[in-house]
Amino acid sequence: MDCMVTGGHVKVLATAIHSLSRIGEDLYLQPQEDELALRTVNSSHSAYACFLFSPPFFQQYSSCKSPTFHCKMAIKCVQAVFRSLSSLEKMVERCRIQLNSEKSRLTFTLHCKHGLLKTHNLSIQDCESLQAVFNKESCANVLRAQPRLLVETVLHFPTSVEEVSVSVSSERVCFRNHVEEEAEQSKAVLTELSLSAKEFEQFTVGCPGRVTFCLKEMRGLLMFAESSGLPVSLHFDEPGRPVILSLTESVLEVNFVLATLSEDSHLCNHFNNSTECHQNPALLPDDFMNDDIDSYLIAMETSELASGGSGCPPTLPRKASMGQLRARASSEGEEEEEEEEEEMRRPPNEKFRSLFFGSMLPTSSQATNQTLRTQEVLASDSENEEEDSSF
Amino acid sequence: MKFRAKMVDVGCLNHFTRVVNTISKLTKTCTLRLTTDNLFFMLSDKVANGGVSMWCELSQANFFDEFQLEGVSAEANEIYLELQPEYMSRALKTAQNAKSLKIKLTKKHCPCLTVAAELPSVSSVSRLVTHDIPVDVIPRRLWQDFKEPSVPDFDVSIYLPPLKTMKNVVDRMKNLSNQLVVEANRNGEMNLKIETDLVSVSTHFKDLGNPTWSDDASQGQSQGRAPEAMAHARVDIKKLQQLLAGQQVNPSKAMCNIVNKRMLHFILLHEDVSLQYFIPQWPEKRILGYKTPEKHLNSGSVGRKP
Repeated sequence: MDCMVTGGHVKVLATAIHSLSRIGEDLYLQPQEDELALRTVNSSHSAYACFLFSPPFFQQYSSCKSPTFHCKMAIKCVQAVFRSLSSLEKMVERCRIQLNSEKSRLTFTLHCKHGLLKTHNLSIQDCESLQAVFNKESCANVLRAQPRLLVETVLHFPTSVEEVSVSVSSERVCFRNHVEEEAEQSKAVLTELSLSAKEFEQFTVGCPGRVTFCLKEMRGLLMFAESSGLPVSLHFDEPGRPVILSLTESVLEVNFVLATLSEDSHLCNHFNNSTECHQNPALLPDDFMNDDIDSYLIAMETSELASGGSGCPPTLPRKASMGQLRARASSEGEEEEEEEEEEMRRPPNEKFRSLFFGSMLPTSSQATNQTLRTQEVLASDSENEEEDSSF
Repeated sequence: MKFRAKMVDVGCLNHFTRVVNTISKLTKTCTLRLTTDNLFFMLSDKVANGGVSMWCELSQANFFDEFQLEGVSAEANEIYLELQPEYMSRALKTAQNAKSLKIKLTKKHCPCLTVAAELPSVSSVSRLVTHDIPVDVIPRRLWQDFKEPSVPDFDVSIYLPPLKTMKNVVDRMKNLSNQLVVEANRNGEMNLKIETDLVSVSTHFKDLGNPTWSDDASQGQSQGRAPEAMAHARVDIKKLQQLLAGQQVNPSKAMCNIVNKRMLHFILLHEDVSLQYFIPQWPEKRILGYKTPEKHLNSGSVGRKP
């Protein structure tokens, strides 16, 4: 493979790499005659991302001699080639990518201003092809919007929020953070954002309902979408079926496939007002009379009257919980860094259904979103075969 | 118990957000007291907080267009809540250009302070965002723990130099020591000092002016002092830095009362907000522990031992 990327397209490529690096650790490269595919999958196989660049994206593009060639490399190394996105735009004029399959080497040559030449030689590994099985067309719900809208939506959630639930009705869509445990609900802030269908370029809802998926990968896609300014489509239907976020342009196609929480875990996590949102999404409870918390008050006041000198049960737990909160807060401060690191390593929620990835022989027409109905066993890429045989 | 307030002015919203941000920089949890006229953010003197206490008072009429409150009873028409100001600060941050903002007490899965904002959108229909912030309702029996602190019987009261200047000085001193001595006299002079085994640094301010307090009682000690006699307090530099770093509301008046070897009492006044902050004297024991040179010896010998 030998290709040349010039001008603004260098930044597009670089942003794509950065966006992929938010998801997986390995970058899967597959140069084909009609497109260059960059793919990745996260460690728990609950998220898959794919960028397809067609030959006109490049100033010059020639694929491999062998049409079935694929390889992978650590994404961090590729990211290092395009370290600073802002300086890249100013400094780099052209980027040449050459593949030497005999030497297992991928070479990035950055032609910078003032005749400066930066060459990065990365070693590559042979691997099976990585392919998620999904079908955008079969999804009953399609929402398409300018990236700005979704970026602004995501901004309402602090970075500590891992999962978001999206519920749709015929007129509105509602994003809310997903809180796992019953116990955590009393500590976590619940944020809910309701958007009108009118804000979307396309708003097709065939199956009103709610799906829950990880926000991290969506942030990754939005990073790319925001920089490219391309509208983002959200394809989904029922819980447990993947959400597909996609971007399409004449020379570029991007698909992010994210697992969603399955129906049964949704049911466990139902709490009183969780369905309220899509039943009545347009209404903010505005009436003053409904906002009261009289029952809490009654509990407390009676305890005060009844207790006198004796023990007063409702207040003791309160004190205890406050103490716990403080203890938690102080220990959090100290261990924050460790925890963060741990979280990075920890694979996303086990409850997410893994996507099915085919380890398959590449066919001549390998459409990305081709569903493999004929193939019964869909194993992941060869390296993780044993681990993932249960899927 | 009911509470609902509405804000439509962007200026008020920004101002309120800055106040809450300031509070969230000072403490992880605090008590919000709501009365028909005022909002109070309070932190009472607890060892867990390093003995720091805070009292911030805002007049609701200057912020809210609607303010409805039904307290515990007619004679105790107030509500006390414990909350994490950080949550509130985050919620307000996402509502920065809201067309209107509502704050109300709601009963969700637990008692919540709900911040609901109507945000502008590209279409004719607004975006609606709500944040349910969990709170603890404080029963009336415990209200007595939260009383407005009285102005201590200080030795010297002095106006502070611009807080930004002070912040720059304290930020640099923080790299050298974890204790700071603030001293001032009735001649308008104030010094910020650090003293360690290796270095002593002090920054001198003069012509700051001393506020005159009409209340004679609190000036008992102050009156008898010679103008040039310094009163000082040694405090945790981090606590002072927190106060200075968190200052997003530019106060029209900032002053400090020093109770010699006991505490610093800061008063920051804005036209509609007042913030009081108390930092106690660094406990003597810890000073001794800090000054022993063992620490240095130990760290030095680690390298030499085989």
